[in-house]
Amino acid sequence: MAAPIIRIDNITKRYGPLTVLDGLSMEVLPGEKLALIGPSGSGKTTILRILMTLETISGGHIQVDGDQLYHMPKNGSLAPADERHLHRMREKIGMVFQHFNLFPHKCVLDNVTLAPMLTKGVPRAAAEKRAMELLDMVGLADKAKNMPAQLSGGQKQRVAIARALALSPKIMLFDEVTSALDPELVEEVLNVMRKLAAETDMTMLLVTHEMGFAHDFADRVLFFDRGKIVEEGKPDDIFTHPKQERTQSFLRKIIAAGHRV
Amino acid sequence: MTDWSGYIGLILQGALVTLELTLMGSVLAVIMAFVAGLGRVSRFMAVRALATTYIEFFRGTSIFVQLFWVYFVLPFAGVTLSPLQAGVLALGLNVGAYGAEVVRGAVKAIGREQREACVALNLTRGQAMRHVILPQALPLMLPTFGNNAIELLKGTAVVSLISLTDMTFQAQVVRAQTGSTLIPFAVILVLYFLMALAISTGMRWLERRVTRGLDGVRT
Repeated sequence: MAAPIIRIDNITKRYGPLTVLDGLSMEVLPGEKLALIGPSGSGKTTILRILMTLETISGGHIQVDGDQLYHMPKNGSLAPADERHLHRMREKIGMVFQHFNLFPHKCVLDNVTLAPMLTKGVPRAAAEKRAMELLDMVGLADKAKNMPAQLSGGQKQRVAIARALALSPKIMLFDEVTSALDPELVEEVLNVMRKLAAETDMTMLLVTHEMGFAHDFADRVLFFDRGKIVEEGKPDDIFTHPKQERTQSFLRKIIAAGHRV
Repeated sequence: MTDWSGYIGLILQGALVTLELTLMGSVLAVIMAFVAGLGRVSRFMAVRALATTYIEFFRGTSIFVQLFWVYFVLPFAGVTLSPLQAGVLALGLNVGAYGAEVVRGAVKAIGREQREACVALNLTRGQAMRHVILPQALPLMLPTFGNNAIELLKGTAVVSLISLTDMTFQAQVVRAQTGSTLIPFAVILVLYFLMALAISTGMRWLERRVTRGLDGVRT
C-alpha cells in the first residue's frame, strides 16, 4: 500500500477557550476521495482550512506529501515553518470555497491565469491555453471574457474549480462547495466534480452536506462530531449501516431535512 | 475708477501658484498616503509604529504650525527650502496623513474571503496586495481622496503666511492697494470654487473609470 499523502498526527485547534479539534489523527492515501460529514461546528471545515494554512494548529503535526506542513527541519530538530516553507507546501494543495471567492475585478480567464503566471512564472500565452482547456472542461469556455458578476452561482463555482486546478495541485480541498448555490445549480457543479474524480488521480477531500453525492463520490467517509472522528468507513457502510448511535441520529436528521442519501 | 485688469492679472498669477501647490502637494500626499497607509497594515511592528507616529503627528498638529516649522525651523537644521518647496512639503505631509487612514480603511474593507483565495492560490502577500487587494480597494478610496484634494486646495491659502504669492496672498495685495475688499475676494472665491469643482469632476470621472468592468465584459 502506498504511503499516506496526508498524515495528521494528534492535532489540536483552539480558539481561545473553545477547542475545535481535540487530538485528531487521520491519514489520507494518494488519489483517495474522502468525504467529511458531520454537524456544523464539528471541525470538518477547520481541517480543510488548516491543510490550506488558513488557520494554524495549536498542537500536533501534519505531514503532506512527505514534508511537515507547519514545521521545518532546523539544526536537527523541528522549528515552526516560515513563510517560504508554507509557500512551498501550498504548491501541493488547492482549495475551492463555499462562496467561490473569485476576484471580481478580473475576467474569468484572468481569474484562472493569475496564479500560474505569478507563482510559477508561466508565460501568458501558455497560461491562457491551459486556462481555456480547464474552462472547457468545466463547460465555461464561452464565458472566458465575462466578469464574475455576470455569472450564476454555479458558473462561478465552476470557474473557481478551474482556477484551483490551474496550479495542478496534488490535493484538492472542497469546502461545502454547493452550500451557497440555488438548488437547481447544485448538479452542474457536482457533475464537474464527478468528472474530475473520474479523470484524475488527485487526492480530494470534500466537506459536504450532500449525502447522496458523498455516497457516490467518496472512497471513504469520515463522520465528525465535536472535533473527533466518530465513525469512518466505506460509503455503503456509513450511510446504510452506521454503527454509532451519533451517526445514525445525524443521518436521520439530514434525511428528515430532505437530503437524498 | 480703478483699472482692474492689472489687478486681476495679479490674482491670476496667484491662481497659478495655487494650482501648482495643489498639484505637487497632492502628488506628495498620495505617495505618503500609500506609504503610510500600507505601513499601517504591515506585519512588522516597527513599520506599523513608524507609520502610526507619522499619521498621528501630522493629523494632530496644525498645518499652520507645520508650515512654520518646515520653513523657519528646518534652516537651523541645515535644510533651507524655498517657500514653494516648504509649502508642498507641509501640505503633502499633512494631507498624506489623512489619506493614509483612507488607504488603510479601504485595504481593510477588502474581505477575508479575497485574502484567503490569495493564500489558497499561493500568492505572496505582496502579489496579493498588488494584484487583488489594491485594485479592489482603489475605487473605495477615491471619493475620500477627492475630499482630501479639495481640503488641500483650500489649505494652500496658509502658504501666503510664508510670503508665497498664491491666490490669497495676491488678493491681500490687491486689497491693500485698491482699498476694495469685495472685488479681489469675490474673484478668488469664484476661482477657489471652480478649482474645487474641477477636482470633484475629475475624481468622479476617475471613479467611473476604475469601477468600469466590475459588472461588465472586459473591453
